[in-house]
Amino acid sequence: MKSDGQMAIPTDWVKSERQVERERLRKQRSRRSSSIATVSTILVIILLFWVFTNSPGWPRVQETFFNSEQFVNALPEVLSGFLLNIKIFLIAEPLILIVGLLVALTRNLRAPVFFPLRALAVAYTDIFRGVPTILVIYLVGFGLPALGLQGMPTDLATLGVIALTLSYGAYVAEVFRAGIESVHPSQWAAARSLGLSHGRTMRYVVVPQAVRRVVPPLLNDFVSLQKDTALVATIGPLDALRQAQIHAASTFNYTPYLAAALLFILLTIPMARFTDYLAARSQKRRGQ
Amino acid sequence: MSLLTIEGLWKNYHGHNVLRGIDLTVEAHEVVCLIGASGSGKSTLLRCVNLLETADDGTIHLDGEEITDVRADADGVRKRMGIVFQAFNLFPHMTVLDNITLAPRKVHKVGREQAEAQARDLLARFGLAAKAGSYPDQLSGGQQQRAAIIRAMATQPRLMLLDEVTSALDPELVTEVLGVIRELKEGGMTMILTTHEMGFCREIADTVCFLDGGVLLERGTPEQIFSNPGRPRTREFLQSVIDARRL
Repeated sequence: MKSDGQMAIPTDWVKSERQVERERLRKQRSRRSSSIATVSTILVIILLFWVFTNSPGWPRVQETFFNSEQFVNALPEVLSGFLLNIKIFLIAEPLILIVGLLVALTRNLRAPVFFPLRALAVAYTDIFRGVPTILVIYLVGFGLPALGLQGMPTDLATLGVIALTLSYGAYVAEVFRAGIESVHPSQWAAARSLGLSHGRTMRYVVVPQAVRRVVPPLLNDFVSLQKDTALVATIGPLDALRQAQIHAASTFNYTPYLAAALLFILLTIPMARFTDYLAARSQKRRGQ
Repeated sequence: MSLLTIEGLWKNYHGHNVLRGIDLTVEAHEVVCLIGASGSGKSTLLRCVNLLETADDGTIHLDGEEITDVRADADGVRKRMGIVFQAFNLFPHMTVLDNITLAPRKVHKVGREQAEAQARDLLARFGLAAKAGSYPDQLSGGQQQRAAIIRAMATQPRLMLLDEVTSALDPELVTEVLGVIRELKEGGMTMILTTHEMGFCREIADTVCFLDGGVLLERGTPEQIFSNPGRPRTREFLQSVIDARRL
């Protein structure tokens, strides 16, 4: 120990006994936490199972919804119908992104010459966010072909894609617009001060930041879109829901609906995990 | 002809006059330092010069051209100026190199290779060569502000506006940013800067302007303003700065 106020400079760190003991206690505590979590989860599952299987109607529900024989019979056709759902989804998704971004950008145009476009964009979002998706599907599905215009598609799945794009495009446009508006004004000031025009500022500075921010809400909308592809069944194409309906109608057994539900879940879970992955990745990059 | 001439500039926010008839001329290669309390209008004056704010009255001429003219091409005017902000305002989704080359490439139509070579030269000159590929949030405040200054310089502006560029920095990071500004002056850059670093202001300024309540109250060499201020209000302000040990 020096007396003149200079402190000794520590050399290498050797864990003190106090620290070793601390870490032992921490480990012990975390082991206890995880065993408590396991036990309580098992108890909850048992309880739920007991409540369902002991309800008075359970035998009938089991017969009509959880019939393994019906499940195996219906699955191939429900699955083939489900491929149409995936196809509708995969085509509609990029179209929705394009429509949504274009509408959001149109609403942000400042030049007076674009006033009609801007008004049109506002009217579009107002109308298609207000009308229930299923009504849009009916109106497009039965209305568009009735116009008899040349080149108008008559394929029901195509009409379904158009309807979903119109309906979801309005939502996604609002998501993009919120993202654009969330970019801080100082970013606009910095970009404009460098001589970038409104359009270039949008393209290189604002939209890239906005898009990164709205990825989670967008994916959420897409999970919702995956389910809503089933609404197209109402105008006729043979998707998973329609196939399940056909089966159920001939056997009076609802297990095919359960099969369809399972397929939708199998599709949405990877999407949810993908959202988590993207969030974690951007977190990691920011945290450096 | 002066590089910048401001005449009778007024700016009003929500019924409050932030600038009240400012007259100021800046010659080529001159360094003008604006001092004054918070809210005295220093930053607003810089933002008006850069056309980020619209003047409510008066005129600003840059190289003899009236930039406050309603028909003036704002983007064209901004191309000839660089502004650096207190909070850096780097683009967070771009690397330092992309931040710097964006304006040269997209506004001044310089080829990517040439723009990047110039940017790397500047980065090396200001000790940031190793940070070209980093994102802003991976840099310290001082490094971010140096990158922001380089970004503003990369288009070889006629005039640089520096708005409280060291106010958001830890004291030990202030020095490195001031060093960059010193280099700019040695290179003959015309600058208007606002600062609370009075010692630095005294050292670097050719002209010091004291603003109070939106009025340009006093203007002179650093020697005149700091050693022999003419107005009581200036004396009062400098005394408060000395009391806060900032001079």
